[in-house]
Amino acid sequence: MTAMDFPKDGVPISSDGVFDQLMPMHLRLSMDGIIEHAGPTIRKMLGDDLVGQAPFFSLFGVHHPVDVMDTETLFAAANQRIGLILRRKPDLPLRAHLARLPGEDGAIVDISLGLSFVRAVAEFSLTLRDFAPNDQTVDLLYLHEANASTARLSRHLTERLKAAHASAEHQARTDVLTGLPNRRAIDLDLERILKSVDEQFTLLQVDLDLFKEVNDTYGHPAGDAVLRAVGRIFEEELRRNDIPSRIGGDEFLVVLRDVVEPAVAGRIASRIIQRIEQPVTFGNIVCQISASVGIVTSAQYSTRPSLKQMMEDVDAALYRAKNDGRGRYALHASLTYPIQDRRSAIDRRTR
Amino acid sequence: MHGLINRAFQGFVTSTFGEDLWDEVRDQADLPIDDFESMTYYDDALTVAVFNTTTQLLHRPSASLLEDMGTFLVTHPPLDPLRRLLRFGGSTFPEFIWSLEELRDRGRLVMPDLDIPKIAVAQLDKRTFRLSAQWQLPGISAILLGGLRAMADDYGTLAILSLDGREEADGIGTEFLKVELLDVQHAEGRSFQLGEVLA
Repeated sequence: MTAMDFPKDGVPISSDGVFDQLMPMHLRLSMDGIIEHAGPTIRKMLGDDLVGQAPFFSLFGVHHPVDVMDTETLFAAANQRIGLILRRKPDLPLRAHLARLPGEDGAIVDISLGLSFVRAVAEFSLTLRDFAPNDQTVDLLYLHEANASTARLSRHLTERLKAAHASAEHQARTDVLTGLPNRRAIDLDLERILKSVDEQFTLLQVDLDLFKEVNDTYGHPAGDAVLRAVGRIFEEELRRNDIPSRIGGDEFLVVLRDVVEPAVAGRIASRIIQRIEQPVTFGNIVCQISASVGIVTSAQYSTRPSLKQMMEDVDAALYRAKNDGRGRYALHASLTYPIQDRRSAIDRRTR
Repeated sequence: MHGLINRAFQGFVTSTFGEDLWDEVRDQADLPIDDFESMTYYDDALTVAVFNTTTQLLHRPSASLLEDMGTFLVTHPPLDPLRRLLRFGGSTFPEFIWSLEELRDRGRLVMPDLDIPKIAVAQLDKRTFRLSAQWQLPGISAILLGGLRAMADDYGTLAILSLDGREEADGIGTEFLKVELLDVQHAEGRSFQLGEVLA
């Protein structure tokens, strides 16, 4: 077989030409380790370093096998995988294997990019033509890019799913009519707040008075308008930290964060009642309702209460406010605090 | 049909004809979802319904719409990663044509369930190829026509491409496409650096 058997881009004039076509990343070394010839791709990679009679070890280091120190030991590593380091780019490990030429003609070292192929291809601006047509490095590059693309698709999918999940979660915790958190949301918030034992707060249970009458007299659309107006009042009257919620048809539960002073809670409750008592216009209907409020604060308990306990106590306070004539608030009567509910107290005296 | 293909069609419709048309397609085809998702699989009936609705709304013959879709897949800038993957097929357009026989295997290396057409290449004379393609839905040759025309441009090759009939045997449809090379190195072509993308 002669070089004439491989005419591709012109007829090779020597065995070097044949090897250039078959192995564009090969070196031919003399017996004393001089690079006598280099394939076109490795020439591109070595650049200006490859001038004159360059000794192999001036351009390359051998990472393994570890017993390769000079030309003689390098030649002895024929047919093993040789880990090469390009001195001008030591961060791009290369792979090589060596085959002795007959007699005293030296050796051929064929080099491949190994797993550094992505960086190496970019570093040396290699093209499809720099690889032998049957070299699968190009397929590895293809796979590398294709994997990056599918990873991107997966990432986008995950992001969209996360957003959809967050929005579903939000919907599951929101009362559709008022946009306030719902029962489920406030229960979760309260459980969490109760677990952080240092956090003190006040619970207001707000029950609309005369709401049923609005619904019965003017119909549900009017009732809905009233409920939406109440939702807006909570959003306007409470601080950003506080948590309002709609827990039933005409029942609302409010968490006032960091508030335990009954006087402060009472002022807030009074203001909410006042605002709720302002008439709501719906078309040409004017609806007027009021509200009763039960109040309990976390500081009223000597040990951290359960959610159930607090709900029962605030419910009892609300019941008292209703019983005492509605449109007012009542504070949970505990051992820790004397009854602070002045309006109720006055009512009781005057009854 | 794989979500990636449905999603590509949706992308083609919205980028070319606008979101409004897509909304109309979705309504009229009774699509049970807002958007196709790439990384999943849909019933072929859905793909067919969406496609047929689009051709009806646009008053376009299906072959011409599929051809535009093929061009879109190769030339739409955000889809450049796909063009690059195709360019890995060969360093010249003729090499690329031969690589189409590997297209299915190439695709499956990356996405094992992706529906990629089975393509066979026959060389009729020095500059004429005849491709045969099988896919699970009719119309693959029209998509290939648009896509390969765009790829010829990409390589800077002057070529004439034409649909070349359809045969049905044992329930399997085979569509044919003729590629005639006029000038392989007609123009510069678009750049393709192997190491362009460092992901």
